[in-house]
Amino acid sequence: MTFTPGGTQRLDPLIWLGLPLLAVIIPTVLLAAPIRIFGLGLPEPVFALVLAFAWPAIRPSMFAPFLLVLLGLFLDLLWGGPLGLWPLALVVVYGLVLAIRPTLTGRDGVFMWVWYAVACLLAFGVGVVVTLVKDDHAPSLISLFWQYSVTVLLYPFADRLIERFEDADVRFR
Amino acid sequence: MSLRDGPFQDLKVPLRWTAAVAVVVAIIIGLALVFGDRRETLQGHAAVATRGAFDRMARPVGGVLSAPVRWVSDAVGGIGDYFFAVSENRRLKQEVADLRHWRDEAIAYRHENDRYEALLGLKTEPPIPMVGARVIADVRGPFAQTRLADAGVEDGVREGNPVMNEHGLVGRILGVANGVSRILLLTDVSSRTPVMIDRTDARAVLTGDGSGSPTLEYLRGANPIKAGDRVLTSGDGGLFPRGLPVGVAYQGLDGSWRVRLDSDDGPIDPVRILLFRDFSQLANQPALRATTIPPLAPADAAAVAAEANAGSSSPAASSAHPAVSSHPAVSPRPPVSSAHPVATVAASSAHPAHPDSSARHPPPPASSAHPVTHAATASASTPAGAAP
Repeated sequence: MTFTPGGTQRLDPLIWLGLPLLAVIIPTVLLAAPIRIFGLGLPEPVFALVLAFAWPAIRPSMFAPFLLVLLGLFLDLLWGGPLGLWPLALVVVYGLVLAIRPTLTGRDGVFMWVWYAVACLLAFGVGVVVTLVKDDHAPSLISLFWQYSVTVLLYPFADRLIERFEDADVRFR
Repeated sequence: MSLRDGPFQDLKVPLRWTAAVAVVVAIIIGLALVFGDRRETLQGHAAVATRGAFDRMARPVGGVLSAPVRWVSDAVGGIGDYFFAVSENRRLKQEVADLRHWRDEAIAYRHENDRYEALLGLKTEPPIPMVGARVIADVRGPFAQTRLADAGVEDGVREGNPVMNEHGLVGRILGVANGVSRILLLTDVSSRTPVMIDRTDARAVLTGDGSGSPTLEYLRGANPIKAGDRVLTSGDGGLFPRGLPVGVAYQGLDGSWRVRLDSDDGPIDPVRILLFRDFSQLANQPALRATTIPPLAPADAAAVAAEANAGSSSPAASSAHPAVSSHPAVSPRPPVSSAHPVATVAASSAHPAHPDSSARHPPPPASSAHPVTHAATASASTPAGAAP
């Protein structure tokens, strides 16, 4: 954390952008391991949606959307999906949260969790639209619901990130 | 005068606005990526190279992560084997007793099949070479279902090669790089596989939707399928060989026909990549064309020659069966002797543009309904010295 000439605190991008980015990439790669337990695969949540929700809630940034594009591109390449699906979905979520940021500021956990679920729904909606455009076929609702559910359960991580950095830069409180 | 000294010197754009502009630019980049990508095609392009480079980098990471998983899986399997050894032994003894009967039948069928193939001069499909590989990453989401396997270009793997495990078809190779290849599973939402129903020979397209059981689309005919029917690859389009086991059909709650995949019965780890290309490229075409057709028995050859000679003495004989001369099956060879004018006419006029049609069309059986056809075929395919 650094200080501006005016004496206010300024967030170090490496701390609030870089480290969470790394923390998202590691479990994503870990859960891509070929594991079956009693014939069932491991859940595959979209950890990146935690950042797409938490970053704009902490403070607006010019770098964050482009980092989300890179993160989405990483997901597309790692998972072998259509290029652009996750960059688009993550940035759309970032844009939504940026737009409703005044509404979210100072709200309690349940309210934020509901908005996080709405943001995830939007991201999966973008994914469905992209899949329909690319493949002319919608993905299975059961498969969508499964991944959506485990992704919504990740909200405590987003909450922890917001709590950690929300008051760090007083200019955006 | 610099901008700093001008009327805009006190202008400060709120960070929220600049962030919004960044979001718009990022969305445009995302849209450009979406519409520029051609994952579902097999043609090479820049994105394929990018994916290949990424997969090459992901290989060591995936290898390191999958190794302990494999060890744990082997250990758990070993413990299970120890505790269930007696019951497993009984089951296997029973299975061996059952399979012994099938083995004897299979040997008998194979001999019978070899004999028919030799008699009919069939050009059977050549054996397909395979490469074994281990899966080092597994993706199971609704938008993508792929796997990374540790076999690549140096093993002869190419885009489009079918991938199987010990039980059935898994998918096909989507991209390949040095030491690694990406498998598009049958369940991926962009996967389309031409299949057939084993019982009725009805064709369908197996369409992935991100769930564990892909759907059967474009089923044709009255009652082409029922629950429990076996589904195999049809080979239509040339991407897959015909007859690879895919799974068993069942009707889903929504009324659509789905397939429970055979490959789900086995472990996901080891796979076999079939180095399959279109058989017309794999086969040695000159060798196929050079196949000799066995000569007739002397008595038959004499009868055929006499018949042909009788036919050549009457001018109407050569025009009695106009359809014969245009039938592709009657001209396996160019004429070998001018002593059989009917044979000469039939053989030379059948397919002037395709002199090698013998490779694709075997000769008709000896009990042909058209004597002239029979004569033409026999005389054209019999070496000159074989006839008395």
